[in-house]
This record gives sequence, structure tokens and C-alpha cells, in this order.
Amino acid sequence: MTDSPIIKLTAAEIAAKIASGELTAVEVTEAHLARIEAVDEKVHAFLHIDRDGALAQARAVDEKRERGEKLGPLAGVPLALKDIFTTEGIPTTVGSKILEGWIPPYDATLTRRLKDADVVILGKTNMDEFAMGSSTENSAYGPTGNPWDLTRIPGGSGGGSSAALASYEAPLAIGTDTGGSIRQPAAVTGTVGVKPTYGAVSRYGMVAFSSSLDQGGPCARTVLDAALLHEVIAGHDPLDSTSIDAPVPPVVEAARNGSVEGMRVGVVKQFRGEGYQAGVVQRFDESVQLLKELGAEIVELDCPSFDLALSAYYLIAPSECSSNLARFDGLRYGLRVGDDGTRSAEDVTSLTREEGFGDEVKRRIMLGTYALSSGYYDAYYGSAQKVRTLIKQDFEKAFEQVDVIVSPTTPTTAFPIGERADDPMAMYLADLCTIPTNLAGNAAMSLPCGLAPEDNLPVGLQIIAPALKDERLYKVGAAVEAAFVARWGHPLLEEAPSL
Amino acid sequence: MTVTTDLVSYEDALASYDPVMGLEVHVELGTRTKMFCGCSTELGAEPNSQTCPTCLGLPGSLPVVNAVGVESAIKIGLALHCEIAEWCRFARKNYFYPDMPKNFQTSQYDEPIAFNGYLDVQLEDGEVFRVEIERAHMEEDTGKSTHVGGATGRIHGASHSLLDYNRAGIPLIEIVTKPIVGAGDRAPEVAKAYVAELRELIRALGVSEARMEMGQMRCDVNLSLMPKGSETFGTRSETKNVNSLRSVERAVRFEVQRHAAVLGDGGTIVQETRHFHEDDGTTTSGRVKEEAEDYRYFPEPDLVPVAPSREWVEELRAALPELPRVRRNRLREEWGISEHDMQSILNAGAIDPIVATIEAGADPVSARKWWMGELARNANESGRSLDELPITPEQVARVTALVVDGSLNDKLARQVIEGVLAGEGDPDAVVEKRGLKVVSDEGALGVAVDEAIAGNAAIADKIRGGKVAAVGALVGAVMKATRGQADAARVKELILEKLGVSEG
Repeated sequence: MTDSPIIKLTAAEIAAKIASGELTAVEVTEAHLARIEAVDEKVHAFLHIDRDGALAQARAVDEKRERGEKLGPLAGVPLALKDIFTTEGIPTTVGSKILEGWIPPYDATLTRRLKDADVVILGKTNMDEFAMGSSTENSAYGPTGNPWDLTRIPGGSGGGSSAALASYEAPLAIGTDTGGSIRQPAAVTGTVGVKPTYGAVSRYGMVAFSSSLDQGGPCARTVLDAALLHEVIAGHDPLDSTSIDAPVPPVVEAARNGSVEGMRVGVVKQFRGEGYQAGVVQRFDESVQLLKELGAEIVELDCPSFDLALSAYYLIAPSECSSNLARFDGLRYGLRVGDDGTRSAEDVTSLTREEGFGDEVKRRIMLGTYALSSGYYDAYYGSAQKVRTLIKQDFEKAFEQVDVIVSPTTPTTAFPIGERADDPMAMYLADLCTIPTNLAGNAAMSLPCGLAPEDNLPVGLQIIAPALKDERLYKVGAAVEAAFVARWGHPLLEEAPSL
Repeated sequence: MTVTTDLVSYEDALASYDPVMGLEVHVELGTRTKMFCGCSTELGAEPNSQTCPTCLGLPGSLPVVNAVGVESAIKIGLALHCEIAEWCRFARKNYFYPDMPKNFQTSQYDEPIAFNGYLDVQLEDGEVFRVEIERAHMEEDTGKSTHVGGATGRIHGASHSLLDYNRAGIPLIEIVTKPIVGAGDRAPEVAKAYVAELRELIRALGVSEARMEMGQMRCDVNLSLMPKGSETFGTRSETKNVNSLRSVERAVRFEVQRHAAVLGDGGTIVQETRHFHEDDGTTTSGRVKEEAEDYRYFPEPDLVPVAPSREWVEELRAALPELPRVRRNRLREEWGISEHDMQSILNAGAIDPIVATIEAGADPVSARKWWMGELARNANESGRSLDELPITPEQVARVTALVVDGSLNDKLARQVIEGVLAGEGDPDAVVEKRGLKVVSDEGALGVAVDEAIAGNAAIADKIRGGKVAAVGALVGAVMKATRGQADAARVKELILEKLGVSEG
């Protein structure tokens, strides 16, 4: 079958065509639903497709336009929503068996903002269970394939969202990033992903993994699309105490005016060395060279605490998760196992958790429970928090010298499904470059910077900005994107094999 | 479960040991909404009707701190002479229990909002005992479990349990004393007086009604004994949910006797939680704490720190009401009554009604008399508190005014009160409807007096013979004839006049 050319359009293009009447929102939605129907059996980006809801939303946009009402900048544009945000009346599983069958009675703030902006939500995307993982293999509902090579991982935890973009099932997607779950999937699928400053996007209705690290953010195929989505989902939310009470940075304006002229760009010593694939390093070095050519000044930085980031992360995140996931006890919602009228509530809870949680989730609950135990708290959780402070200080010092920092997003390209499934340490290394940003709470983006020569798979360039300076990501990102697309003659994703 | 230990008499126990107490009081704040969400805190609603994603702990939900809850906590802290933290955080207390939706309680751990204070409590004889306060911190209440099918209402033996989350998330302030030493044989009295004083304080601050019978104020009693002369605390027991003033006193007393018996037999006290039984005043073993429970506290990452500005704290301090003990002493002096009488008024919950009645124009003696007499009796009989009676201080003041101007005598006044309580309207309306007026028509009275003298000739003779004290019988006869509506003093005067006898 032939795909509609609509699916190759960017979100900005779709919105413009709907606004001008060249396309209807229903046509756009139907084209994407058809694409999902055609390829998602192979890709498995979606856990739930809300065909009726999406079409109803699209019709409402078309009716609005017919009535002459003003449409928002993303009105009628389809989006793939990570299955970690609650959606009233639509299943939300977080990739876990333990929430199988749960229909939330409320919308997350982010869901509500998307609906209010007339964005068309196509469905919910696959993810590592409770966002714990870097490959989406930890989903209780089966893995997702990387559209560049379906035998490889699409990154994680937000592999469903990145795969939906790379397979043209949706022009926009939502991810969440606790240690790299937006950026690493973007890197290995040749798409764009942004982890905004902590607190920029409300966490209300986003099922918690690690509260002090979790952050929702935009995923797209272009920097401008990501910025448009960023502007829709960010902003203060009185329902989230940790949400930033300040205006959203001018990200769209920055994305429309990309430039690195006169900027100081930092390269951190700690973000290279052993474990980095040669092709990744090569593409990263070329990116640095490009930045120089575009008028940036490159500054070498030393951030020694970054070497401790992974260790600190694997104490803080499991600790918080051990508490956040305690509520899944089979008593009030979701899965319940063994309730045959003879067993105690405690036994039913044990059986439910045993069956409902996957290995990685159990591993982290146990790690965190141990790290918080009295007698161990200071040595583990306490020390990890100190490292966190050091990392923040290293970033602060760095940002006295530079405007942004760049690094590879992840040390390797997409690895084969199954390769690291039994080796958690190898899996954890995928987040080596992304984790420091989560611990410090500042903003970062991943965007494509080429294919690794040895395997012809996408490499991601990470740009890191100080907290509340998210617009710098888009300013630099847009400049780099434009330069690369000019060099390649087309967006990188055009080189992906057709599905 | 039966009590197997024989008790040692209280006096014997105190001869050998010094009790050490620690009191933990939970107060449910009277905020309109819950501590971390906007749900109503109204009591008595349909189970689970006052819930939302946050207080049900649904996946994705987040807490937001109730500012009035924080303000109430600071007021309590200030009234307890505590320091108020400049910066403090909430913490998660992790443990599994079905009535706790998140399986952790949002509480405070090592950074309480208020700490290092004291409360002076006055014992029945006027002695003042200072109870040192360790801390007061904010937390949320749990839901309520009802265990069905068992004999005791406890989970043991129950066939199933019902959960009501209306209470989950209601703001609580937990107030913890430092170890209370040196109370000696007055320990039970001190414990009771402390809880009573704290209750008055909470009410005076207007942060909670602190009704113990409604569970708005709950007390855990920690107790240990140390041999006389020792300075090392013994192992403590924790008696949970002691929920009336009398029970607090009894629980301390019982535990003193039980500990003494165990220790006296060469046994050791097990650190455990114990249940208090209202019916016989005993405690029985709850769950044994083989190892200290590990709550894995850590700072609550979903909430930002609470940092009350010093200006705000000082504003709240300046606006604190007169503290109850200070106020009681002032009133006691103004009214010229004894410590003991004041204590009785306090125990009856009559201070506020009396003050209000005086403010409405009554004299202190009459105001006290009505509230501590007729009205206290009525409240007692109908199982209500004074402020639940359907009569206002203004109405009581009006009755006293009618007595003062001679429209009513005491007996009639009682009937008026009775009428008001029965819902017959204002005092004036009751007077009107019941036709209760002192008969001061000299003509009508004169006839009644003549009839009484005629009908009681023997008594009249005695009076004429100088036995003036016998006049009471004739006054009684006149009062009976006039259905109590005569002015008794005037009746007496008339009788003596007619019999030609003078009182002096």
C-alpha cells in the first residue's frame, strides 16, 4: 500500500495546513491511524490506540475552524502519549502488569493541556515498566522495535514514543525523562527529544518513578516541532508543588532563530573514554567542529563529580521508587492476585506484587528499600544526595564559563534486542551522559548528528543548558539541525529503511 | 486475651519505682479541607464520598500543602512556647497498611515545624507542673478500617474489612512530650491534666474542637518505671489510643501497677504496643516490637520545604489569644472563687458559657449558678455538653435579669429555663405562654395569706407564741396556693405582719 504524504509532514506544517484549510484534522488523523494500522504490528510503539477519541478530537478541531474560531499552534496535530500519563477513561498501564485494566478517573495536567490545545491524542505508547530501563524491553507488554532496524532497541524507557516518531506513526510524542528516557530513545532513533528544566512540565498525573528526577517533555522529528509542543505542555501547575512558577522560556522564538554565533560551548572531559563507540565519538567530534564553524567558541571543562553520577542515581532513583511504588498493593485498583476468600490482605498484596511487577522493577524496589534502611541511610541515600550537590556545583561552575554544554547523548548506537537484557550494569551505562542533568535538574536536548559509520545507525548529540534557560537548547539545536540538514541534503530520518 | 500478671498496689509500686511518662497526642485540625488536597473534612459523610486522586493515592497524584494547616501548626507551636523552624520538610514514613492509600504517611521526621517548648499544667490543688514539649509536627491522618465478623472488632478473627478514606489526609498535629519525670505518685493526674490543658489550648486557638470522643484528639501513653534513685529509664510500653481524660489517668495507673508487678517478680518489660480497655481500665498486649520498626524515612520529594517567614511567625505570635491557664487564673480572681471551684467549672466545660453570660449582662454569681446547676444537670441527663444545649448565654442572662427586677423568683426562673430548653422560645415568650409571673398583687396575696393562717391555726399560734421559724410552713402553703408565683419574701412579711410578730 502507499502511505499518505501527510505522515511525512512536520507538526508545524500540519498545523499550518489545517489552519489554512488545505487539510482537515480528520484527514490528518485518519492518515496517521492508517499508518499505525499498517506498521505498528511490526514496530509495536503503541499499547493502546484511541481511534474514536482521536477522530472525535479531530472533528472538534475541524468544527472549530468552520465556526471561524482561532486555532492554537498545534490544533489538529496528532500525538503519541507515553503510557505514564493518566488519561480519563483510557487505560494507563505504565508498561506494567500491575496496572492492567486500570482506567484512570482523571486526566494528568499534561493530558489536559494537550486536549485544551486541540492536540489529537492517537493513543498510549509502550515503555519500560514504570520507566525503568533503556530499551523498552522491560515492558510487560513486549518490546518495541527500532524503525531503523526492528531487531534493535528503540531506546528506553520511552521507546514507544521515539519509535512512533521514527516510523511516521505520529509527528509529535510525549516522553518522560528520569535518567535519559526522552533523550536516549531520541538519539538511537534519529529524532529530537527534550528534557526541560525540572519543574517546567507538571508531574500531576504522571505516574511517579523517582519524584525528584522525573520530568515530562516533548519529542518530535524537528527542533521547531519540539519547541511548539514544549510551549503547550510547560507552565505552572498549582497541583504540582514542585512546578516552576515562572513564565515558560521563549522556546519557539529560539527555535525559529537558531544561532550559535558568539556562544561559548563546553565539552566535558568526563563525557568520553572507555565504552564509547568509535562512530559515536566521531560524529560527536564532527558536531563540535560544526559548532566552531558556525561561530561558537569551544571550552574544555572538567566536571569530576560526573563520574559518580551513575552510582548516585542508582541509589536515589530506587529509593524514591521503593516508596512511590508501595501503593501498588492490589487493594484499590489494577491487578489483584489470589483473592479467593481465604487469604489475608497481606498475602494477596504479596502475590499481586510478585506477579504484577517485572524483574527490573523488583530489583529497584529492593535496592531502594535497602538503601533507605536505618543504619544504611547515611551511607547510601545520604551520600548520594551529597554527590548530587557536587554535581549541581560542577554544573554551576561550568555554566559560569559556557552557555551550553555538548556531549554524545548515549555512548553507543541502538543495540540488538536481548543483548543487554540480562546485564543490568551494561544497560545502566546507556544513561551515562544523560543522568547528571537529571540529578542537577537542568535542561537538555538530544538531536540527530549523523549515522555511525560502522553500523549506519543514528547518533545523538546532547545539548545541556542551565536550569530555566531551556530556550538555549532550541537556539543551538535549531542552528545545528539546519547546518546538518543542509550538509546531508535532507533530514536524517529520510535515510531510515521503509517499513 | 486475659491479664495474667497480678497487679501490685499503686502505693506499693510507687514506694519502689519512679514512673517516667511520654505522651503523644494527635490533634485533628479543624481545617475546611484536607492537608494535601481540596477534599472536605466534614464528619459523618457517606464512606469514601470525600476523596480524590490525591487522598486515594491514585497513580500520578501529587500533594499540595494546606496553608491553614501550616498556620495552625505554628500557632500550636507558639502557644506551647516552642521554637518555630525557619525551614523544614515533610518526610515519608513508609509502612504497609490498607487504610493508608499510598502505603506511606506524609509526616515530618527530623525537621519538625515546632520544637523545644513546654506547657504548664495546673493540678486540682493548684500545684503547677511543667511538661516539656519535644516537638509538634504536621502529618496526615489515615483512613478508617472497620473489621467485620470478629468478636472484638479488631482484625483478628474478622471475615472482612471495610475501608473508608474520608479521613485519609485530614491534617494532624502530633505533639510529643519530652520524658516526664518527677511526677511521682501524681503521674496519672499529671497525664490527665496535661491532656486536659492541651485540649483547652487547642480550643482556645480555634484550630480544632479537639473532641476526644469524636477522635479529634487521641493520646498514646508511653510509660516506664525506674527503681527509686535510678536515673536510667526502664523499658517502656506504648498504650495506644487512650481516648478520654479519665482513660489517660487510668491507663497510666494501670501500667504503673503492671510494670511494678512484672519488675517485682524479676521479670522484664517487653517493648510493645498495648491496647487500653475502657470497660475495665486494663491494657493488653498488642503487637510485640521484636525489632524497632524501620519506617525508612526520607524527605518527601513531592513537596517543597516549608519556610515560614519570621514576620509571619511574629504576626501569629502577636495574635495568639490569652492562654487558657492564664485566663482561668484571671477569671478566678475576678469571680473570687477557689481553685477547686474553678476546676469544677473547667471540667464542666462551663467557662465560655459563663463568660458569655456575664458579657450579656448577668452577674457572675448568677451566671455560675445557672450553668453549674440547672444547666449542668440537664446537660448531664441528656448526655450533651453545655454548648450543645438549646439555650444561649444571652437567654440565660435575660432570665437572671428577670429575677433581679423581681419579675421571677428562682423557682419560676427554673421553669423558664426548662421552657427555653424545651424549645418554647425566648425567656420572655416562655413567661408569657406559661403565665409565669411573680404575684405581687397585695390583694390577691392577702387573701391567700388569710386562707393559709386560717387553715393552719396551730402553726399560726406557735408563731404568735414567738416561734418565728415556723413561718416557713405558712409561706409554703401560700406558695402552693399561688402555684409558686408569689414573691416568697413578701409573703413572709405579710404573714408576720398579720400575726403581729416582728422578725427581729
